[in-house]
Amino acid sequence: MRYPLSEHDYGAHPAVLPPDDPTRHDGDAVPLPVRLDLYRKMQEMRLFEKRAYDLFMRQLVKGTSHLSLGMEAIAAGFGAALRADDLTFATYRGHAHTLARGVPMTPVLAELLGRSNGLMGGKGGSMHLTSVEHGVLGSYAIIGAHLTIANGAAWSAQYRGSGQVTVCFFGDGTTNIGAFHEALNYAAVFQLPVVFVCENNLYMEYTPIADITAVPRPAADRSSAYGLDPVAIDGNDADEVYLTATTAVQRARAGGGPSLIEAVTYRHGGHSRADPGKYRPADEVEAWKRYDPITVYRGRLQRLGIDQASMDRIDKEVAAEVDRATEEAIAGDLPSPATALTELWADGGSSWHN
Amino acid sequence: MAQLTYRNAVARGIAQEMRRDERVVLIGEDVAGAGGVFKTTEGLLDEFGPRRVVDTPISEQAILGAAMGAAMTGLRPVAEIMFADFFAVCWDIVANQIAKTRYMTNGQVTVPLVIKSGNGGSLRFGAQHSQSVENWAMAVPGLKVVTPATPRDVVGLMAAAVRSDDPVLFFEHKGLYAMKSEVPDGEIVDELGKAVIRRAGTDATILSLGLTVGRALDAAAQLASSGIEAEVIDVRSLVPLDIRTILASLNKTGRLFTVEENPRLLGWGAEIASIVADEGFWDLDGPVQRITTPYIPLPAADSLEDLVIPSADLVAATVTKALRS
Ligand SMILES: Cc1ncc(C[n+]2csc(CCOP(=O)(O)OP(=O)(O)O)c2C)c(N)n1
Ligand SMILES: [Mg+2]
Repeated sequence: MRYPLSEHDYGAHPAVLPPDDPTRHDGDAVPLPVRLDLYRKMQEMRLFEKRAYDLFMRQLVKGTSHLSLGMEAIAAGFGAALRADDLTFATYRGHAHTLARGVPMTPVLAELLGRSNGLMGGKGGSMHLTSVEHGVLGSYAIIGAHLTIANGAAWSAQYRGSGQVTVCFFGDGTTNIGAFHEALNYAAVFQLPVVFVCENNLYMEYTPIADITAVPRPAADRSSAYGLDPVAIDGNDADEVYLTATTAVQRARAGGGPSLIEAVTYRHGGHSRADPGKYRPADEVEAWKRYDPITVYRGRLQRLGIDQASMDRIDKEVAAEVDRATEEAIAGDLPSPATALTELWADGGSSWHN
Repeated sequence: MAQLTYRNAVARGIAQEMRRDERVVLIGEDVAGAGGVFKTTEGLLDEFGPRRVVDTPISEQAILGAAMGAAMTGLRPVAEIMFADFFAVCWDIVANQIAKTRYMTNGQVTVPLVIKSGNGGSLRFGAQHSQSVENWAMAVPGLKVVTPATPRDVVGLMAAAVRSDDPVLFFEHKGLYAMKSEVPDGEIVDELGKAVIRRAGTDATILSLGLTVGRALDAAAQLASSGIEAEVIDVRSLVPLDIRTILASLNKTGRLFTVEENPRLLGWGAEIASIVADEGFWDLDGPVQRITTPYIPLPAADSLEDLVIPSADLVAATVTKALRS
């Protein structure tokens, strides 16, 4: 028998540090327009979520909120690798993945604020962002479930011959629930056009993943059980993510079946709400904040000859967009009371007897 | 007209819909090559091929998740959960995912799927392969819930379930699989939310579902010989519920009995009794009486199982006592 917390105090586990060379991917074959787009997208996610956090602290965003500050390279890299009609499934930590598909900021923010101009009229909230017209087939808040649902979307695409690829994002902690294993076997058996992306931010809620997982790499070390190649990448380098995503998505589209990708990353903040994340070693937090995906990318663009001023201009444009979205979201009406009873059934209502 | 078993009617109903609509597909454990552990899907692989009739691993969450994702993106899957007891291992997908997603997305997503499952007791399978779980499903907003009691209704309600744009839990009663009766030729399509009066009467209304329909009819025959004319209603669809047919019958008879296979607490009859207390109180000449399996898991031994699932004798005795006192 082994008890992790008899081997180390809570929060005093060994730090896991990021890669130390941010220039590794400077020479990768990513076209400059894609790179500029990746930069802008990450900045949109960053500034949007910072604003969401402010609004949460002002108690305008109610309930809960799970930010992916520090994890933007994964959402941006995959977003850029997808076709407009591809399908994505995210978790409660899904703001960035929703923006990555081109969903405008205003309805997303308004949904967080519980307004009628929210993406789902206020009925879903921050954990269930969905925009079918953008291929965002939902954000799911019960660990593991959406991996199985993503399989269904992939199966349907294969059956209909649409050529769509499904991408499903989830956390490291999710690799320990049964649905993960059911879904991977299922996808492998039927060779579904689906890409599973484990965003390994080293923690499930408040417990380090290494303390409660049988293998060091929660996703990559499980892949062989499903006949898949182990793929573990730097999830803070948008180019590495983008190139990995492009390969996996092309493979799926060409009939090559599923992939499982573990993208190692880190969240700057806590798990949710106002959690300060104090259960993490200070040197670990510091190192990952330095290895921030946006800082890494800015450095790269600079080395590739993009001047500071044009990047500052992007930042400014994005900031203005966030301000505008904030105003529009706050100006939104509360949902009309009647909507509490609509859209249970396909006929739009919720009646259960005649 | 041909005689058809309840189990063969399941395959006929699915085949009817698969012929009509290319989007209808069937998945589940042993449903294709083996034709189903209860032989309810026999012949479908031969007619529709391995692309539309698919054997899956023992992964109930993966099966229902696949059905849901496919339903969200244009297919109309029928998925099998072999024994209804097994819903417990995939209830997240049913209750949190399939049922809630349309509402949470404010109508962006529809989930037109059918989950068919072998439900109920009387086969001596013991506590983990026998229970009636319609009331689990009824408790979750967003699921339609039907239980056919005859081979003809199996076909008609399966067609209605497949054509429904909402998720439907289709409870086949395992104790009825061998039942054989006349089923009309040609396409049969019912409507969800319609109860059927199986026997007309004036003295008491007996509500029944699945296995208990036959038992209620047997009870009514016994009662008739002692001069009590009971009206037997086959509820068929719990969600949506045809409360109008039930209230109209009560208005005529003045007494209401429910015959439920589920354990007592929160069975479907309890909800009906509560509506009747609201809307039918002045029609009641006596209390509503629920005849249910007691508050226990089902025992395996035939003598014990027969003792606890409501029998025709128990129904007849309960009605007689109530009307004669
Ligand atoms: C089935 C289930 N169990 C527990 C939870 C509570 N919970 C919410 S998030 C979370 C941690 C998940 O960790 P991970 O998969 O690493 O994702 P992350 O939050 O780090 O992105 C837990 C345990 C849940 N939502 N669902
Ligand atoms: Mg995590």
